[in-house]
Amino acid sequence: MAKTEIKIGGFGGQGVILTGYIIGKAASIFDTKNATMTQAFGPEARGSACSAQVIVAEEEIRYPYVKKPDVMVIMSQEAFSKFSPQINPDGLMLIEEDLVNPDGLPESVRLFKVPATRIAEELGRRVVLNMVMVGFFASMSGVVEADAVRKAVESSVPAGTEALNLKAFDRGFDWGEKQKVEAA
Amino acid sequence: MKADPKGVMTGAHYLDGDHACCEGALAAGCRFISGYPITPSTEVVERFASRIPIVGGVFIQMEDELASSIALQGAVWAGKKAMTVTSGPGFSLMMEHIGLAAMTECPCVFVNVQRGGPSTGLPTQPAQADMMQARWGSHGDYEIIALSPSSPQECFDFMIDAFNISEKYRVPVMFMMDECVGHMIERVSIPEADQIEITERNYTKLPPGEYLPFKPAENMVPEMCKVGDGHRIHVTGLTHDYRGYPAMNPEAQEEQVGRIVRKIRDQADDIVRYEEFDVEDADVVVISYGITHRVAVQAVRAARDKGIKVGMMRLIIVWPFPEKRIAELAEQGKALVMAELNYGQVFFEVDRCAKGKVPVILAGHGGGTVHETDYIVSKIEEAYQCR
Repeated sequence: MAKTEIKIGGFGGQGVILTGYIIGKAASIFDTKNATMTQAFGPEARGSACSAQVIVAEEEIRYPYVKKPDVMVIMSQEAFSKFSPQINPDGLMLIEEDLVNPDGLPESVRLFKVPATRIAEELGRRVVLNMVMVGFFASMSGVVEADAVRKAVESSVPAGTEALNLKAFDRGFDWGEKQKVEAA
Repeated sequence: MKADPKGVMTGAHYLDGDHACCEGALAAGCRFISGYPITPSTEVVERFASRIPIVGGVFIQMEDELASSIALQGAVWAGKKAMTVTSGPGFSLMMEHIGLAAMTECPCVFVNVQRGGPSTGLPTQPAQADMMQARWGSHGDYEIIALSPSSPQECFDFMIDAFNISEKYRVPVMFMMDECVGHMIERVSIPEADQIEITERNYTKLPPGEYLPFKPAENMVPEMCKVGDGHRIHVTGLTHDYRGYPAMNPEAQEEQVGRIVRKIRDQADDIVRYEEFDVEDADVVVISYGITHRVAVQAVRAARDKGIKVGMMRLIIVWPFPEKRIAELAEQGKALVMAELNYGQVFFEVDRCAKGKVPVILAGHGGGTVHETDYIVSKIEEAYQCR
């Protein structure tokens, strides 16, 4: 793997930024890679479709912005409409299946879905849907070691919520592992 | 001396440039910030405000940037290491007091997380268009020192240098970040406190009555005195004598203002700091600093792949400017490309130092984002052809 560009999209409040932060932290602190994260600031990032962008690479990262995402994690329809045209045609699209209708995606893009909000609700707290997405991402993309991502989750969420967030991560990860088996 | 462990968050962290800048300041011994919030710099003071009750020190949110840029100087004279943090519009308001810091030789740091301007411009997007303002923004003759980091790690590392240099030369230091570096999150390694070298304030050993606060000592820089040691001093923005008393005559002007200019200009060889690669065999050299340097490195590599012998010079300290080195490169016949996120500021300095011996091409950009690699490559090709 030379360099992977990742874009996370959703609406404000879903934990889009934390999702990107955890992926970047996992890669650069708990794995041995480099990771540069940037995010959209300003009014557009508050309430409507917002995004976090992470570049993960073995080598040093120079150009800081994501131009053509190899992996997208999308949690809202508006974010899908706004960001999906940017995806690398050979890329991987991961969506929250109840919130995103992936119409119009090029056939060449590999598409996988997870009912992250429903899983989070089963765990008792809808807010951990982003951790389900992080787990799903860790499984499907293989960009970062799963153990590294778990450590990043544990060290980034509010104190006292680690167990719940890790449970959400594991559920998302397992969902991904199942999808891979089915796809194979 | 070594850093105070209380301010050093040893370990590997995933931080944005603003937060890393704050950690660098704390590691450097900064214990006072007076600030007024402005995008994209606010995260620096937010972190400082949350960390300082534990580390020990003071953060004051002032009523505006004028007040912010003077309160820190009070803290310095009271014995603390201090800074203020802002972005373009706030920086404009601080100009008067940057002049005061230069005139009174107050060691302190002004952080400017640059955004697109002029006026309110582009609050959430990057630029490097305050570079000349950092150098000349206040009225009168003076010199400052300016650093430009290109990553969160450098925001930490260079912040320590900024404080150390400010003490060594008793000069306000401008820390010229930009929105992209400020908000970009990357790994930041913070060493153990005993690995961080700190320049202490140069306090006089002379007793009260003999000590003169503006009499030049080592490196043309006067010593300072410690509050509580019995010294009575006068600090003024008026031209002053060795005692600090107003002395409004051409001799005092030459003595004081001449010296605050010369202490930087005459010692520029010791202060300038840059790094180079692939310059030796190069026909073209790209010069850059801060965030643009990262894109310029990619452009240099891409141009090398196309067969153009091109090298890179990256300015870490932009002011004072490495005039001699630029003159040498021009003397060697290397065409120069200046890449910066403005419509030509440091470019004019490069052009001046090249003295017409080689083509000097501007790879400028108004800001709002960073350069495209291909654009800088096209400027390298242009320079190569008109060499």
